[in-house]
Amino acid sequence: MHPIRRYLSSAWQALFGDAVRAFGVVSAVLLLALAIAPAKNQFAQWHQYQRRYLSLIHDRGDAVTLRRRFQPGIHQTWLPELGVVDRCTTCHLGLNEAGLGDVSQQPFRKHPAIPHSLDGFGCVICHGGQGPATTVAEAHHSERAGEEPILPARYIESGCGQCHQNALPGTPQLNLGRAMLTRYGCVRCHAITRPDGTRVMATDHPPSLVHIADKTTREWIYSWLKDPQAYAESTTMPNYKLSDADARDLSAYLMSSSTPREGDTALAATKAGSSADLAAGPSLYGQSFCASCHAVQNAAGNLVGGDVGPELTRIGNKAKPEWLAAWLANPRVYDATTLMPHYRFTAQQVATLTTFLQAKSDSDYGTGVHLDAPIPAQVAHGKRLIVELGCAACHEINGVQKPENFAPDLSTIGSKPLAQIVFLPGMEVSLPSYIVAKIRQPRAFGASVKMPQFALTAPQADALTTALLSLTNRSRSMPDTLRVAATVETNYQPAGHAGKLINELACFSCHRINGRGGDMAPDLTWEGSSVQRQWLIDFLRNPNTLRPSLIRRMPRFNLSDSENKELTEYILAVYQSPAVDADAVPDPSHSPDVVEHGKQLFYSKYACQSCHIANDKTDKGYIGPTLTQVGSRLTAAWIYSWLKNPQALRPGTTEPNQNMSDEDARALAAFLMSLKGQGAHGAKL
Amino acid sequence: MITRIRSMMVRAGIVLVGVFALVGVAGCKRPAQQATTLKASAAGTALVESSGGHQLGVTGTALKDPLVVQVNDDQGTAVPGALVEFHGPFGVTFDPAAMLTDTSGQATTAVTLGTIAGRYQLSAVTPGKSKAVTIEIVEMALGYQQRVGSILNEKHCSRCHDPESSAERVSNFNNLEVKPHAFAEGDTLNKMSDADLTAIIQHGGPALNRSALMPPYGSTLSASDVRALISYIRAVADPPYQSAGTVYARK
Repeated sequence: MHPIRRYLSSAWQALFGDAVRAFGVVSAVLLLALAIAPAKNQFAQWHQYQRRYLSLIHDRGDAVTLRRRFQPGIHQTWLPELGVVDRCTTCHLGLNEAGLGDVSQQPFRKHPAIPHSLDGFGCVICHGGQGPATTVAEAHHSERAGEEPILPARYIESGCGQCHQNALPGTPQLNLGRAMLTRYGCVRCHAITRPDGTRVMATDHPPSLVHIADKTTREWIYSWLKDPQAYAESTTMPNYKLSDADARDLSAYLMSSSTPREGDTALAATKAGSSADLAAGPSLYGQSFCASCHAVQNAAGNLVGGDVGPELTRIGNKAKPEWLAAWLANPRVYDATTLMPHYRFTAQQVATLTTFLQAKSDSDYGTGVHLDAPIPAQVAHGKRLIVELGCAACHEINGVQKPENFAPDLSTIGSKPLAQIVFLPGMEVSLPSYIVAKIRQPRAFGASVKMPQFALTAPQADALTTALLSLTNRSRSMPDTLRVAATVETNYQPAGHAGKLINELACFSCHRINGRGGDMAPDLTWEGSSVQRQWLIDFLRNPNTLRPSLIRRMPRFNLSDSENKELTEYILAVYQSPAVDADAVPDPSHSPDVVEHGKQLFYSKYACQSCHIANDKTDKGYIGPTLTQVGSRLTAAWIYSWLKNPQALRPGTTEPNQNMSDEDARALAAFLMSLKGQGAHGAKL
Repeated sequence: MITRIRSMMVRAGIVLVGVFALVGVAGCKRPAQQATTLKASAAGTALVESSGGHQLGVTGTALKDPLVVQVNDDQGTAVPGALVEFHGPFGVTFDPAAMLTDTSGQATTAVTLGTIAGRYQLSAVTPGKSKAVTIEIVEMALGYQQRVGSILNEKHCSRCHDPESSAERVSNFNNLEVKPHAFAEGDTLNKMSDADLTAIIQHGGPALNRSALMPPYGSTLSASDVRALISYIRAVADPPYQSAGTVYARK
C-alpha cells in the first residue's frame, strides 16, 4: 500500500472509525463553525472601539452614568425620509454625552453644539461617508462606485444647504458661495434647478455689447479680453486665455457688429459743449456717492468703494469721453436696465464728472496694442469664437443667439459619482477636491475645456465648492416639508408714472421694496406709514444724513419740483403698512406732562441715549439715527408701532424689542414727536 | 553537521534582518531629508511674531490672515535666509511648515486649524546661533455655536462693546457714560456665571443692578442665540475661561 493512502486510512479510522467517534468529530466541527460568527464579532473593529470606550470611562467620576447609558452592540439611526442609515454612533459613542466635553480623543469626542438633534438627522447628511459601514476604512475613506469619502470639515456647511435653501445666519461660507453662483455668472452657462423646481437666477449685470463701438475702442477690447483683471482687479469677467489672434478676431467681430445708438451722439455733442469745473470734480463725485457702488484703487493698492457697479480705477482707458458724457447724462439711453440711477445732472455737472473720470487712467495700460483693420475672414472667425466660447450666454451681441444649456447642468453636482469623474494624476480622489480644482484651474483638465479662468481666492473657491456640494440627490428626494424654501427676489414693479420715476432713479439698486431690490439702504416697503410729507419732499430735494456713522449714503438727484411731488405722493399713498394704526396715538398735541414722562423714560428707564441723540449738546449715541428732528420726520403712529416691536416693521433691524407697555410707548412717542429740531421741517443741512 | 547548518541559517537571518532594518531606516528617513533640503544661510538669535497671531478662525478652515514671524539678530536687525519651522497640535497644518526667511527676515505661512473648537497653541522655531529659539503663538478656532455667536456679536454687540473702530463700523464705546466690558476682558467676565450673562443679555443691565445703557435683548434674540453669544464670549476671554463644569473625584 502506498504510504499516503495508508496514512489517510489510519486517519479516517482514528476520526470516523466508529459511530461515537464520528459523532464526536462532527459535533466538534459544527461547534467550531458556530463559533465563527461570535469570534468575528468579538474581533470586529467596532467592538474594539467599544472596549476602548469602556476603559476610557472606567476611571472617570461620571463612569456610573456613562456606563448606564452605554449600550453594547451596533447602533443604528434609521431615518427613511432623509435616506439615512447611520451606524456611526457604534464607535462614536460620546457624541451625545454632555459630560465628555473634556475628551479630545476620537472617536469618543462630544459633538459640538448645533441646532439639530443628532438622532433626528443622523451623521452622513452633513459629514458624508458611508452610514451603514462598520469599519473605519469603509465608513470614512471608501472610493468605490456609488460611495463617497467623508467630507472635509471646511465644507460642512454644504450639509445645511441641502434643506435650507434660504440664507442662514450661521452659514456665511454657504451664503457667500450661493451669492457667487449668481454673481459671477455661473448660472448663465450652467443651469441649476432647486429641489422645488425653481431656477437659480443670475444677479449680475453683464453689459450689452450691441453698441460697444460707441463706448470704447477695439484696442481696449483686445487688452481686456487678453486679461480682464489687468484692467480692473475686482471684475468678475473671467480670463479665457485667448491667443493674440483670437483676441484680435473677437474684438474685430464685436466692433463690426456694433450698431450706433440713435440720438446718443447728438446728446453727447451738447453735453461736451459745456465747460467742466475741474476743481468741482472730486466733490461732485463725493456728493453723488458714486463710491457707494463703484470702487477705485487708492495709492496703497486697496479698493475703496462698493461693488454694485464696475471698478473705475482705469475708466479713462476704457470709456470714450463722448460716451461717458452721454452715459452720465442718462444711462438708460444706452442700457435700459442698468442699475445706475439717472441723476439728472446739469450739462456742466456732466462735463465736470466726465473730465474727472477721464483722468482716472493708466498711461501704461494697453500700450503696444496695434491692430490692423480686420479682413472679413478674421471677423467671421471672431463670430465663430463667440459662439464656441458662449460669450452670448452673458452678453447681448448682435448676430449671435443666446445659447441654451451651454454648460453641464449642476443641479445634482453634489452627488456626482466618483466613477464619472476624470481625476488628474496625483489628485486626491474626492468630489470636493475635484470641484475646487475645476473652479480654480479649469484648463488644467485639458486645453479643450471651455470653462474660463475665474480670478478667485482660495476662500472664495471653498465657498463656491460648499454651495455646489449642497446640490445633492438627497436634497431632491426628501419630502418637500423638510426643506426651507429659498428667498426668491420678487418681480415687484411700481405702477404708473411714479413707477417709471422709481426705475429711472434706480431706487431698487439700494432699497428693497416689497421683496425686490438691494440691501444697501433701508427697506421702503412701509415708508409711507413712516415719514411725514414735508420731510420726504425736503429729503428727496437734499438728502441730509440720518446716520452719521454710515459710509454709504443717499445721493442727491436733481429732481424737478413736480417729479419730487409725484414721488412723495406715491410713496405716501402706496407704501402704507396695515400694522401701523394712526388711531393708536390719538392725541397729536400731547400734554407737557406726558412729554416729560416720555423724556424720563428715554433717558432713564430705556437709556435710549446710548444709541440715539435726542439733544445735540448732551447725547452722544452714535448707532441709531439722530432723533433731534424726529418729530418733523416720522409719524407718531409709526414711532409708537416701532417702539412696540421694531422687527415687525423692519425684520432684522438692530434696535432691540424692549417689550414696552402701551403706556410707555405712547409717552415716548409723545416725547419724540416734541423734538422738532431747529431748521424748518427739519431740513437742516 | 546539523548544528553547522543551523548556525549558518541563524547568521543568514541576522544578515537579512540587518538589511531589512537598513532599508527601513533609509525609507523612513527620506521624507525627513526632503523637509530639510532648506539650507539656512544665516541664523538669528531672536524670533518675534510680526502678524497673524490671536486670530479668530473657524474649525477646519484656513485663518484669514497668514502667520508672519521675523528672525532677528542680537541688534534686533532682521536676518534673511534663516530657517523657521512651524509646529502645532494634531490637526493643524501649515503651508509651508518650514521655510527660510525672506529678504526682510520674515517667514510667512498659511495656517489651517484643526476640527476641535478652542485655543490652539502653535510654535515657531528657528535653530539660532547656539541654541534653538522658540516662540508660542495663540490662535482660536470657533465651532459652529461660537461662530453664530460671533456673527450676532458683530450685529448687536460689538458697536458698543468693542472700543476699536473699523473702516465699516464706528465704535460707540467712547460715547457711553458707563463703559461696557470688551468681551475679551476675561478678568471680569470669567467671574460671571452663564446664568448671570443670560440674565443681563435677556433683561438688560438693570436685571443685575447694572447700567440701563445695556438694553434687554430677550425679545430680539432667541434663547439659542443667547447661548451662542455666551459661548462666543467664553471663547474669546483672555485669560481663558475655565468652565466650572462638573468636577468628579477620581478613584
